[in-house]
Amino acid sequence: MSKTIARRTNLLLAASRERKIPYLLLGIALILFPIVDSYTPHVDFVGDAGRWILLALGLNIVVGYAGLLDLGYAAFFAIGAYTFAILASPQFGIHISFWPLLLVAAFVAAFFGILLGAPTLRLRGDYLAIVTLGFGEIVPRVIRNAPKFTGGVNGIVGTDQPKIPAFLGFHGYSFGLNPVPYYYLMLVIIVISILLIRNLRNSRLGRAWMAVREDEVAASATGINTVTTKLLAFALGASFSGFAGSYYASKLFIVTPESFSFIVSVTVLLMVVLGGMGNIRGVIVGALVIYALQSYVLVQLPGWIASATQALNIGFLNNIDVASYVQQSSILIFGVILVVIMLLRPQGLIPSAQRKVELELGTSEESVSDLRGSA
Amino acid sequence: MRFFADQLIFGLTTGAIYALIALGYTLVYGIIELINFAHGDVYTVGGLIGLLLIGMLHLQGATALWLIPGLLLVFLVAMSLNGLLGVVIERVAYRRLRNAPRLAPLITAVGVSFILEGAIFLVKGPNHISYPNLLPSGTISIFGYALGAQNLIIIVLALVLMVGLQQFIQRTQIGRAMRATAQDRDAARLMGININRTIAVTFFLGSALAAAGGIINGFYFQDIFFNQGFQAGLFAFTAAVFGGIGNVVGASVGGFVIGLIVAMVGGYMQGGQQWSDVFVFGILILVLVFRPTGLFGMRVPEK
Repeated sequence: MSKTIARRTNLLLAASRERKIPYLLLGIALILFPIVDSYTPHVDFVGDAGRWILLALGLNIVVGYAGLLDLGYAAFFAIGAYTFAILASPQFGIHISFWPLLLVAAFVAAFFGILLGAPTLRLRGDYLAIVTLGFGEIVPRVIRNAPKFTGGVNGIVGTDQPKIPAFLGFHGYSFGLNPVPYYYLMLVIIVISILLIRNLRNSRLGRAWMAVREDEVAASATGINTVTTKLLAFALGASFSGFAGSYYASKLFIVTPESFSFIVSVTVLLMVVLGGMGNIRGVIVGALVIYALQSYVLVQLPGWIASATQALNIGFLNNIDVASYVQQSSILIFGVILVVIMLLRPQGLIPSAQRKVELELGTSEESVSDLRGSA
Repeated sequence: MRFFADQLIFGLTTGAIYALIALGYTLVYGIIELINFAHGDVYTVGGLIGLLLIGMLHLQGATALWLIPGLLLVFLVAMSLNGLLGVVIERVAYRRLRNAPRLAPLITAVGVSFILEGAIFLVKGPNHISYPNLLPSGTISIFGYALGAQNLIIIVLALVLMVGLQQFIQRTQIGRAMRATAQDRDAARLMGININRTIAVTFFLGSALAAAGGIINGFYFQDIFFNQGFQAGLFAFTAAVFGGIGNVVGASVGGFVIGLIVAMVGGYMQGGQQWSDVFVFGILILVLVFRPTGLFGMRVPEK
């Protein structure tokens, strides 16, 4: 037994050594990218992927680690964004600095997460799914119906941009609408988040999450307070969403309730599921794939089809309004990906080894009978 | 008083629709413990099948002689087709995941919901579609109150379907198999019950009732649109939880209660209609906090 463990540990260590070099290269490439490609829309495009990665990383704590389904993730994103917009815009004439507000927004989102999770998480896990679904629906509704605070359907325009604090030099440089500083900021945020989440996962709390996910009754029997554990996962996930929301509000200069609909929640869920629940690398890849699909492939596809039909001279396709069909079918495509992944490869593109075994073999009941069979 | 009676009848009528949807949630949850997120969209599809059939049978403007058998035909065919849709969804999307961790079928259910919604969107577009109201428009005087005939028909029809379902579950062999499977799937299998068929029947019944709800909703509001199932599904699920999920009588009562609450909030609170889903959501949370087993539910141990 101890030999196996030693061998596995060695293998893991070797693997982590091998992995370092590609990551280093990737990091250098990402740092150099805005310098090499100075066309700002490109930088903006790549930087925007970072926001989705951040959201997916946060949801992964809830769905991947704790095994809870959160269908209202966009609501916390909205709460973060509006917290920022109310405290740093002409709406009430309050202009608090960007940096503390990042944390305030995360904190407010976590607070709402606890408010919502505390009554729900005492019950079976699947109630959380429907409660968050409802929460995701009513938060934009409340925002729309309370124009005094949130500007209603018009949203809040003119959110403040971050400034580098004067004591750090750079003459108190303001980000303005230049995407390059946002790009670097996002890069830093993501690196910090990954380190944070990785440490969390290996901590006592992280192991408790996985224990609860695998078998709640057994976890509770080993002395884990399952309610607190689940609540912490849910609130931490929400705080990531709130954090990303405040960044988003500042960068976009405007927040409107339309940016936080159900489809946003499902998009993030899709990223986590596609990439591989419970695996940081997988989730990042999933986020990139879905981001590329929705903001590049689906946008460009009508053009590609049009040029293809012209080149091949296929007459009948010219009569169909391909562009509108492609745009309209994105919901359908997302649904198909979700179902196909769950049926054929529930562990996702880049699975976490542990999660793969669970999803392929099923939970406790099966594994117990396997043990009996072999004994 | 007159206004109150109006809101009461409106609430009972919409409540009947919520109840018909809620039955599908409660049946499926009762037997395989899955929140079937696709159910709201199955309800929309049912309404659309009804619309299609009404067009095919030329029921609009038909005489009573043809209208009444025609309507029966619409309900029967739409309910059967929609029931089959439910069976297909279960077969394709849920059956393989029956022993998977609970997260897996839940995510699949969200995916199926999106597929249905996307398909309706592709075929019918984003706009509201007008639905003919084939129910009689007259009124019946009861104690001086002019009760709309259509409200009466809707409520009675829903009650008939509910009682029919209840009797089916209590009296028939398949109904008994459903109850046994819900109680203990493995023991039921050992008793020779065909589990797959029983679960398929459950999905068939739930989806068929949703189709009835979809058609009634179309008649009553003369309107149908691609994602109407989202809100209706949320309300109906709340109704099912309110009544005690897994309990057929509870879901029926819960549907009427939610309908009444929405109608009263909409009627008496300023700008209440905008806030109705906030209210319903509040009810869901309150029920989960204070009585998670609902009005009629029993405490179900975590399996």
